[in-house]
Amino acid sequence: MADRSEFAAQAMPFSNALYAAALRMTRNTAEAEDLVQETYLRAFRGFGGFQAGTNLKAWMYRILTNTYINMYRVKKRRPEQIDLEEVEDLYLYRRLGGLEAAAAGRSAEDELLDFFTEAEVVTAVEELPEQFRIAVLLADVEGFSYKEIAEILDIPIGTVMSRLHRGRKSLQKKLYGFACERGLVDPLVDVLDGEAVQPR
Amino acid sequence: MAEDDDIDCNRALIELYQFLDGELTIESRERIELHLHGCQHCFASYDFEQELRIVVRSKLETQIPRTLIERISALLESEARTIDQPGQA
Repeated sequence: MADRSEFAAQAMPFSNALYAAALRMTRNTAEAEDLVQETYLRAFRGFGGFQAGTNLKAWMYRILTNTYINMYRVKKRRPEQIDLEEVEDLYLYRRLGGLEAAAAGRSAEDELLDFFTEAEVVTAVEELPEQFRIAVLLADVEGFSYKEIAEILDIPIGTVMSRLHRGRKSLQKKLYGFACERGLVDPLVDVLDGEAVQPR
Repeated sequence: MAEDDDIDCNRALIELYQFLDGELTIESRERIELHLHGCQHCFASYDFEQELRIVVRSKLETQIPRTLIERISALLESEARTIDQPGQA
């Protein structure tokens, strides 16, 4: 059993990451602040039930997620089959991968960093349907394992993997849409779009 | 394909995310690494996916407002007093 007087010292280091996640969940700074505050309050009250020595960060995220669902989602948990368009593997790489070679002496990361603006990445993530968005955030931003995400969201590992797979591909498609809008690539020459999509 | 490389590009593609997520067994991981070593195309696609993830993560970085940290700290202190009150009174 965890000692409540230790709570702030142990849990406050996660506040920045929790706030970032809350901001992507609620897509609104005022709600994100309320959500994080409420998460800390609930976690503090329930800290006696936390198994000392286990994963406090994952435990905090679980409370954050549940609090979010309770506070901001009036609608019931929706069933699994949300319409996410089927997107082929390596969607973005097949379209933008060649750009890396364009500028010699620069890494692919630098190229991509310059390519997409912060606003575009934020929008692409925030437009993902919630269940995919949260899974992608937990894995790609927070670095949680499949097993941890399964525990945080209370879903099977197979569901975690499928949400990640579909969420990541959908994210790539949205990012590509921004590249086209800005005229950075010409969608008319995008012959790949006609490609048959393999059934999964 | 490199010597001893017993997986093909399709297999490498299927395991891409599990590889990047650190979810493969050491054995599977080594098999992929061997393939990537000998297959420039797969290496480039793996590299791209990894870089993209780093980019997304860095663009989403945000700083919690200092006022919120102060509010939470004050809230926890006040909550601690409320909880401890009955025992100490």
